[in-house]
Amino acid sequence: MFRWDIFFHFLYQDPNLFFLRAAWTTLWISVAAQSIGVLLGLFLALMRMSRFRWLTWPAGAYIWFFRGSPLLVQVLLLWNGLPRVIQNPAFLLPDWACVLVAFSLNEGAYMAEITRAGISSVDPGQLEAARSLGMRYSLAMRRIVLPQAARVIIPPLGNEFNNMLKTTSIASVIGLFELTHATDLLGAPTFTVFELLILATLYYLVITTLWGFVQNWIEKRLDPNRNTKDLIEKKGWTGRMLGFGSRTGGTLVSGR
Amino acid sequence: MSITQVNGGRPDEMVHAENIIKRFGDLTVLNGVDLSVKRKEVVVIIGPSGSGKTTLLRCINHLEKIDGGRIFVDGQMVGYREVNGRVVEDSEGAIARKRSQIGFVFQRFNLFPHKTALENVIEAPIHVLRQSRAEVTERAMGLLGKVGLIEKANVYPHKLSGGQQQRVAIARALAMNPKLMLFDEATSALDPELVGEVLKVMRQLAEEGMTMVVVTHEMGFAREAADHVIFMDKGVIVEQGLPEQIFDHTENERTRGFLGMIL
Repeated sequence: MFRWDIFFHFLYQDPNLFFLRAAWTTLWISVAAQSIGVLLGLFLALMRMSRFRWLTWPAGAYIWFFRGSPLLVQVLLLWNGLPRVIQNPAFLLPDWACVLVAFSLNEGAYMAEITRAGISSVDPGQLEAARSLGMRYSLAMRRIVLPQAARVIIPPLGNEFNNMLKTTSIASVIGLFELTHATDLLGAPTFTVFELLILATLYYLVITTLWGFVQNWIEKRLDPNRNTKDLIEKKGWTGRMLGFGSRTGGTLVSGR
Repeated sequence: MSITQVNGGRPDEMVHAENIIKRFGDLTVLNGVDLSVKRKEVVVIIGPSGSGKTTLLRCINHLEKIDGGRIFVDGQMVGYREVNGRVVEDSEGAIARKRSQIGFVFQRFNLFPHKTALENVIEAPIHVLRQSRAEVTERAMGLLGKVGLIEKANVYPHKLSGGQQQRVAIARALAMNPKLMLFDEATSALDPELVGEVLKVMRQLAEEGMTMVVVTHEMGFAREAADHVIFMDKGVIVEQGLPEQIFDHTENERTRGFLGMIL
């Protein structure tokens, strides 16, 4: 028997707004971890692509570790390991901070590879042209190379964030009150975990769908044809990048 | 510790290079090249592919490091300085500053595809020279007018023909008010019917007294616009002199062989 009363109670009659609060935790942890991951990934990618071995090696080891072990294990390592290392309980990380740190560090490793691929996709002639105009490496990266790399980085970044929104459910194992843990905590006393799992799934679907719209909007804004009024040649994201559905080929692949 | 900017070359020289050696691994691409470009002079470098002419050009603004010799632009050594009597590579900032005074035009244009023609031209003056946007934009429009592309100011590079892209690239280099312009096979990637419009801009620049070093396969341009022609082969300068001397009166076997193939 499906307990619709419980389902609807937590859907819109709950005065404590437990599920909305859980969804908020899921969302902000995702946004924060993804943002830190992007920044970390940028630095790791630049380190990885450096001429200096003392920069490439640590970045490589970092990526190797975080991509090579499960995120769940990394969260647990931090959660169980910190109390062993830090004796003073005042300096222990709360559950949300543990999750945030583990997720950010893990995401940094994945973003590093995505960012590296994005930077590598930019024609080396672009950096040369920038340098021939007197730009330093940092300025050339910021103004010339990274904006072009962003077009390649952003679609997979969107997918990473979509993943992140769902992966936060891992935080439930250490008791962080996010969507997945909420189903257990609120459903167990009345044996309605299943009903609440359905509700949590709905929440996840709504969040990821909304993100899908945002992603589309961002990708349209990155379209270099946006500013020209030429609608005939207006190409989609895939068309411009990869040449799908266009005879002229993508801007990045064909180098035009 | 004494760090010294090394000066060299004669006052009438814009470029002075001595005994340049450049190796890529085991391959010696430049094997003791001397080069002298006087102020307001147009020097054209010709030669078969693999002769080292492009590499020589790229060494002048330190896009390539050199393994021996010295290069001076406007009296100052490029890319290197002396620390306690030893020659070491210059700091990134110092190299960037020198490059900002030397225009470089690439075979493949290398316009910034995410910026309009105008944005390509104003980018470096604003962010490198820190000039005001209004002032730079006005000057940039003048330069786009000069290369005949004022109506394309707000167009992105992928909507421009190769010839138009290369003219924007020339305007972009000129916007830095360079002392010296280097052209690396600026017309080699163009369809034949688009070569003329780019050469016209280059001729005009030469007439205005810009100091230019031009690597090209356009022998017509070399004959008409050059003050001095250099023929390179296998990493050395084989012969150099006035255009008539090289094109009409050369005694050199290799120069003759090359010109015979190309003309």
